[in-house]
Amino acid sequence: MSQITTDPLTLTPEDPAAESATDRARLGATRLLRTLLRNGKAVAGLSIIVVFIALALLAPVFFPGDPARITSAGAAAPSLEHWLGTTTKGQDVLGLTLWGARSSLFVGFAAGILSTVIGVLIGLSGAYFGRGLDEALSLVTNVFLLVPGLPLLVILAAFMPPGLGTVIVVLVITGWAGSARVMRSQAMSIRGKDYVAAAQVSGERPLRIMVREILPNMASVVMTTLLGCIIGSIGAQAGLEFLGLGDVNTLSWGTNLFWATSDGSLMLGQWWIFVPSGLAIALVAFALALCNYAVDEITNPRLRRPKHATKSTAATTVARKEEK
Amino acid sequence: MSFLFRRLGFYLLAFWASITLNFLLPRLMPGDPVTRMLSRSQQRLEPQQVDALRTMMGVDGGPLIPEYFSYLGRILTGDFGMSISRFPTPVSEVIASQLPWTLLLGITSLVIAVILGNLLGILAAWRRGGFLDSVAPPLLVFIGSFPYFWLAMGALYIFGINMGVAPMRHAFSVGLVPGFNLEFILDVAAHLFLPALTIVLVSLGGWMLGMRNTMIATNSEDYILMAEAKGLRPHRIMLNYAARNAMLPSVTSMGMSIGFIVGGALLTEVVFAYPGVGYQLLAAVQGLDYPLMQGMFLTITAAVLIANFLVDLVYVRLDPRVRKG
Repeated sequence: MSQITTDPLTLTPEDPAAESATDRARLGATRLLRTLLRNGKAVAGLSIIVVFIALALLAPVFFPGDPARITSAGAAAPSLEHWLGTTTKGQDVLGLTLWGARSSLFVGFAAGILSTVIGVLIGLSGAYFGRGLDEALSLVTNVFLLVPGLPLLVILAAFMPPGLGTVIVVLVITGWAGSARVMRSQAMSIRGKDYVAAAQVSGERPLRIMVREILPNMASVVMTTLLGCIIGSIGAQAGLEFLGLGDVNTLSWGTNLFWATSDGSLMLGQWWIFVPSGLAIALVAFALALCNYAVDEITNPRLRRPKHATKSTAATTVARKEEK
Repeated sequence: MSFLFRRLGFYLLAFWASITLNFLLPRLMPGDPVTRMLSRSQQRLEPQQVDALRTMMGVDGGPLIPEYFSYLGRILTGDFGMSISRFPTPVSEVIASQLPWTLLLGITSLVIAVILGNLLGILAAWRRGGFLDSVAPPLLVFIGSFPYFWLAMGALYIFGINMGVAPMRHAFSVGLVPGFNLEFILDVAAHLFLPALTIVLVSLGGWMLGMRNTMIATNSEDYILMAEAKGLRPHRIMLNYAARNAMLPSVTSMGMSIGFIVGGALLTEVVFAYPGVGYQLLAAVQGLDYPLMQGMFLTITAAVLIANFLVDLVYVRLDPRVRKG
């Protein structure tokens, strides 16, 4: 009781502590966005991603109809008619790559977002409620972190009916644990802050405290985790489909690579069949990684501005260049 | 010691969880894996063999609890059942013949990547903004963005097919008798080089950046300033003061990344037709060989758990705080 009486402000229905916390976070989010746009890495990464999303959306415009249909003689090298050549079956490689972007990006983003959401839920509730629940959730998280991902992916995908939905579910099952761990440790440090205690004392519901007080203040960590999850999902999806465990009839970068190997184009030296899809995966992952490092640099000033200016003159010039 | 016992208990729990998952998966999923398996596999099986398979996969509708305990018993005695794609070889035998190659590939590339990546990270953090610090990270991040197996395809295409300098498949040349002699070891190393190189290239960036970032944090600690004030030689400060204290997160993430490296190694093996577990995994997937897939999952999990325990031992050696706590 004494806590409440000493701080009458927290008793008012319009909880000022909560409002200021979310306001601060909203301000922080816009500031983060503005700083992101001033960061070279972030701009480069975002532009690549936007280009890929645009190409994926415009695939039906550039290549109307079924991209898997056979349009020419097999295994033709790149030419004016087929910019990236054709596959062994005679399908246009550029068309396959653009159409493949649709499901690859969709699955990657969907699985990445879902894993992050589950990670946030589990990490936050573990950190907030503590004790038994935290112990149990941490244990499950650590077990999932330890079990090797690809073999787990393989047996899960092998037993479930093939399809895009399965691929997403399987990627989420193997991917959520990493984000849950990061979220928990971050939420733990915020859990002890005064404004969380104030919100508790004023009688706010746990869910509201978690979503309105704690979550907005870890926005940057959620962001880096999300990007990491999407990168992981795109790579894991490609690996699964490369093994033939996705739906081999959906078009995606992974299935393109699967067909490239099973048609033996690697052994026949037809580089144009397997290069585009792999390069596309790498470019998207690289772009996401760039954004990730940008967020890291913005939120961790130590990575930007070397403290030991005396150690080397080169270090300070780099720092100045970035600050401009 | 209590730390190690706790970790050991945790690993046993993780292993039990994966066995249970293995047991439940075929029983909970819709459809009948045995029918799917038989329709795909070219092997003609006797009716009682089919029945045995059904019992093993748990699709004969038997009572769950007693079956679970007999399954646990079978796994703990190393009985993973029969492989379908290489019938009638037991799964454990198939895996045992492939596992050493995967371990060789995985351990070689992990050790090289960890040592090289950490060294590069230390140097980059020590000379902030220098050549290494500004050129290597973006380059390595870019290379690290490629899927393991795709980089392997590229390397195989360039060095194996175009230039013809690297062996195309298998772990040693056909006709060579395995033995502990120089010729055989050199041949194995030649076959190992490209697969290991691609894994090292992909994973190097992560190690380097991780080490660099912790090292930057360590560099601003007071004891580094103190060491400088004492007039210690820069090399000594870098290695014995800064790097030594920045190493712990790297060791922790080494345990985590073992599972990841194994996954990368599996896919790389597929490309190079390297006769490890990954190559067999592809055969298992194509032959719908469920027992073999499950056996592989458990074996690899066990290997990863053991490796993690070894990392814990190193950790205890490195960090005295863990020993006391």
